Amino acid sequence: MRLGEAWRVALGALRANRLRSGLTMLGVIIGVAAVVILVAIGTGTKQKVEQQVEGLGSNLLIVVPGKLDFGAAPAVSRLDMSDVDAVTRIVGDRNRVAANVASGETVRAGTKETFTSVLGVLDTSPKVFVRGIARGSYLTRTDVDTSRRVAVLGAAVARNLFGDRDAVGQQISIAGVRFRVIAVFAPLGQSLGVDRDQEVHIPLTTAHRVFATNRIDALAIRAPDRDSIDDLGRRVVAELSRRHPDTEFSAVTQEQILGVLGDILGILTGVLAAIAGISLLVGGVGVSNIMLVSVRERTREIGLRKAVGARPRDIGTQFLLEAVLLTSLGGTIGMALGVGVSLLVGAVSPIPAAITWWSLTLAFGVSAAVGIVFGVVPAQRAGRLDPVVALRTE
Amino acid sequence: MTSAVVAEDLTRTYELDGVSVRALRGVSLEIPAGGYVALVGPSGSGKSTLMHLLGGLDRPSSGTLHIGGRDVADLSAGDLAKLRNETIGFVFQAFHLLARTTAVDNVALPLVYRGLRAGERRKRAAAMLGRVGLSHRLDHRPNQLSGGEQQRVAIARALVTEPVVLLADEPTGNLDQATGRAVLDLLEEINLERQVALVMVTHDREVAARARRQVELRDGVVVADSGVST
Repeated sequence: MRLGEAWRVALGALRANRLRSGLTMLGVIIGVAAVVILVAIGTGTKQKVEQQVEGLGSNLLIVVPGKLDFGAAPAVSRLDMSDVDAVTRIVGDRNRVAANVASGETVRAGTKETFTSVLGVLDTSPKVFVRGIARGSYLTRTDVDTSRRVAVLGAAVARNLFGDRDAVGQQISIAGVRFRVIAVFAPLGQSLGVDRDQEVHIPLTTAHRVFATNRIDALAIRAPDRDSIDDLGRRVVAELSRRHPDTEFSAVTQEQILGVLGDILGILTGVLAAIAGISLLVGGVGVSNIMLVSVRERTREIGLRKAVGARPRDIGTQFLLEAVLLTSLGGTIGMALGVGVSLLVGAVSPIPAAITWWSLTLAFGVSAAVGIVFGVVPAQRAGRLDPVVALRTE
Repeated sequence: MTSAVVAEDLTRTYELDGVSVRALRGVSLEIPAGGYVALVGPSGSGKSTLMHLLGGLDRPSSGTLHIGGRDVADLSAGDLAKLRNETIGFVFQAFHLLARTTAVDNVALPLVYRGLRAGERRKRAAAMLGRVGLSHRLDHRPNQLSGGEQQRVAIARALVTEPVVLLADEPTGNLDQATGRAVLDLLEEINLERQVALVMVTHDREVAARARRQVELRDGVVVADSGVST
């Protein structure tokens, strides 16, 4: 029997029982669509997080006191401006070094107030991190050197305090001290769980006076290129450890953060795909079941085909193809459904969804494989039917 | 003249719920090419079992069986299927046509398993339907045909492979008398015209009497044989 002929027969058999074929396929459709959608959401989330980390700027090295580990308690910083100067000497370019001290403060403008994160920063901050200014211009070196009381507001802070009015040039108070707004950041959104539009930047030196401290909470360095980043990190950590022998320091790169996050999100995506895979398996069991029914129903047809010369293999192939046709047709429809729902979810909800070729290929491949695996038993049963018994069946 | 089928001392024993049922207890039979034999006997006599053996649908428990010159004992299930395809034509009491399939495609079915292309299959099937007088019914489905027409389609299907033996199991059993006679006329015409051996299983004495030779079975053995003839 020619293979093309076997396809034609299989298709004809599926057409003859449209409703049943459709319902059987539905199991596979749901399974494949679930795989595609859940993998798309997992991948989309991963991509979004990666974009956020990369959005911080390239070749970034973040130096913090303590061991950087998920779940580790933040260490109390003993760093001060002299450490920043020492690190700057190692890096050799002050434009590549950013430092900050952070504090939660109440910010007031007229009758309105908001509690937000106030960061004392160097003027180099936008050169190290990627950060757009919507209005005005950022802190200058003079602002930092002379401890001016000027502030740059995050988009959300500006909106809370001034609504639609232009914030630039307005007076605000931070911890009871008067500041002048000189710029407003472009909206940035959430980044790794922090709403970065809720920040207020003021000169580091001013912050030290207002917060009555001289500590530095974190250092960030933008390495000249990817190759020098690890070496630079080691040298900076070594220098800081020499200056503060009793404190541990960590230097992490974006790649390390991405690596850890990528692993976690990769596992998450895998788990989601596995759960969806179970429904695909259940769909496969449905196919197997219906194929067994089909073999029983068509016993006489099988007997006749055998009488006129069909070999066991011909009959087996015919039923196997029928099962594979069911699942791969279901797989194709499920893929289309999965892509459609993923696009819809990505478009109308905040859940990111990214369709990947591998998930489509995998889902389709698995659905076809499910047809083979769950079609084999019914097909063998059909192939082995005794023609004498089969012809006698009513 | 060569033999279409040679059976020597055939037995066939079934296991039914742990009990051995001896359906055939040593049947020897030779059917020459172009012969016309009626197998008669009451139900349970083993005539259906013998026909299944002669048609290569089943294998004997002991004894030797040659169909179209080939020893059935040597053949695998696949080879036996090939032998059926090439040398045997079946006509059943219940026609056994595929319901959703047109007359021409039903007739062409055995050719599918020969690996012939669709065009060639249709050509041969249409010619054979013409031979049985149904050239105007090529694309009708079985439910659009009368019983006699359905049996003619089945006969065309049995003949399309140009077999050595035509095995007819109660071919008139589901037909009224006039139609049955016409179907027998057709079978006999073909028997003469194509030198295909015609073996007919029937319990109808009148039908059996039309054959040139009657073989009667009872309790799994041949109790009467009107003698080898051509």
